[in-house]
Amino acid sequence: MDRWLGFLIEPLSYPFMLRGLIAAVMVGVVCAVSGTYVVLRGMAFLGDALAHAILPGIAVGYLLSGGERQAIFWWGLGTAVLTALGIGTIGKRARIREDTAIGIIFASMFALGIALISTVRSYAVDLAHFLFGNVLGISARDLWLTGALGGLVLLTIIALYKEFLIISFDPILAVTLRLPSGFLDHLLLVLIALTTIVALQAVGVALMVAMLITPAATAYLLSNRLPTMMLLAALIGAFSGVAGLYLSYYVNVASGAAIVLVSTATFMLVLLFTRHRRSA
Amino acid sequence: MRPVLNLTHRHARHDAEAPILEVNQVTVKYNGRPALEEITFLLSAGEHIAVVGPNGAGKSTLFKVIAGVLKPTQGVVRIAGHHPGSHICVAYVPQSSQVEWTFPVTVADVVMMGRAGKVGLLRRPGRRDWEYVHHCLETVGLTGLASRQIGALSGGERQRMFIARALAQEAELMLMDEPLTGLDVPAQEEVLRVVDELRTRRVTVMMATHDLNLAASRFDRVVLLNRRLVGIGHPRDVFTAPLLQAAYGEHLRMVQTEAGVLLLSDTCCGRGL
Repeated sequence: MDRWLGFLIEPLSYPFMLRGLIAAVMVGVVCAVSGTYVVLRGMAFLGDALAHAILPGIAVGYLLSGGERQAIFWWGLGTAVLTALGIGTIGKRARIREDTAIGIIFASMFALGIALISTVRSYAVDLAHFLFGNVLGISARDLWLTGALGGLVLLTIIALYKEFLIISFDPILAVTLRLPSGFLDHLLLVLIALTTIVALQAVGVALMVAMLITPAATAYLLSNRLPTMMLLAALIGAFSGVAGLYLSYYVNVASGAAIVLVSTATFMLVLLFTRHRRSA
Repeated sequence: MRPVLNLTHRHARHDAEAPILEVNQVTVKYNGRPALEEITFLLSAGEHIAVVGPNGAGKSTLFKVIAGVLKPTQGVVRIAGHHPGSHICVAYVPQSSQVEWTFPVTVADVVMMGRAGKVGLLRRPGRRDWEYVHHCLETVGLTGLASRQIGALSGGERQRMFIARALAQEAELMLMDEPLTGLDVPAQEEVLRVVDELRTRRVTVMMATHDLNLAASRFDRVVLLNRRLVGIGHPRDVFTAPLLQAAYGEHLRMVQTEAGVLLLSDTCCGRGL
């Protein structure tokens, strides 16, 4: 028993581990809750594209500030919001299929980001941080920013619970009830974009989609109501964050990857132990 | 006791003299190709009307224009004298195939969605709203299934749930898009019983259907549609050989039997436009 307690407590004696754990929990919760809508609305590809597309914004912040975290955060935030708003417009106007348009634009944004970062000589290490995250490098001030932004996302999702539920389940009902559907659709995209910024330091842009969809998909297998699904997803997300960080500490693997792998393992376990439930 | 169902709350003002629905010279084009051409008709409050026509006749398009989901290319739709965009009294009952049945919502959750317009933006439904939802579920006979996940419902129960949602919305005009497709006869009868009961509330019903017999026996009037309005009126006057031939063309066979004319339609049960 004492050995197990020691096993759990030992990493906490390092302030960076403590900050990392707090960040991992916040990221796990926020990603999982906004991820429920990504899963229910079938936006996994869009979420992935969105995460990748903010790289050029991060790159500009990185180049202008010489790697200062705050600047990167704000530049990333701005790009995320602009990108989210841009997506809604592309989908409706494009002459080619929406997913094709998204594929072209976002892969090229990602390439632009890499090109920009590669202009700095020592870019490889920093690029890796942006791509795969480094939750252990988070500062106390980053933690406050992450918390504030994550709190904003959660509050908005709670406040607009019934509206987001309606636009996701039955868009035609949303129109006949004269809800501001267009605004709500865009707002949801912006919230997902903000979520990617919250999660940027923990898992990076390349692994972001896993944090958005895996805990939510796991919760989906286990719940019959949206509030339950959100709560379960949040718990699974937080658990993945904490367990992944311990794994990274003891096995010495990259933290972002460890968090993602734990959430995948949880998903696989739940998939195995729940029989194929309802079928339409 | 407070009357649980009342239809007096309205988003837009209704003109008492205006018909509940006016469709005037409505044309809808998808990429230049007409789906509906110059449709004109009126509905008065409480009327039950069936909309029949072959696949691709524009039945769903017509409903979407009336619901305000789709803007007509030309022409106007008025609900009780006003533009549809300001009304929350029009309910669209979706085709079963358009619904994600694995969505994590219960029957009561779906019916509560209909209340959202009355509850208001950013507000949470209160105890009275839940009472109202349960009353609507009772009306359609789904009380015992309120907390089931929607995928667990049978076909007939699914349609009745959406009618309950339209009641929760306090809809005065219900647009039902082929609610009976794929249902067996007892399930159809359950749904039709609920639809008939809407007469006591003076709810106007437009139902798209492939079943001409049903349209003739359970509705006040029928609309025969094939992009254009082929006919509207009492079934007796609309379901005539020339008009049916005009609407269905090759797809309809008429067989003379001892009992009368037997109609065979081979366009049934696919997905309409």
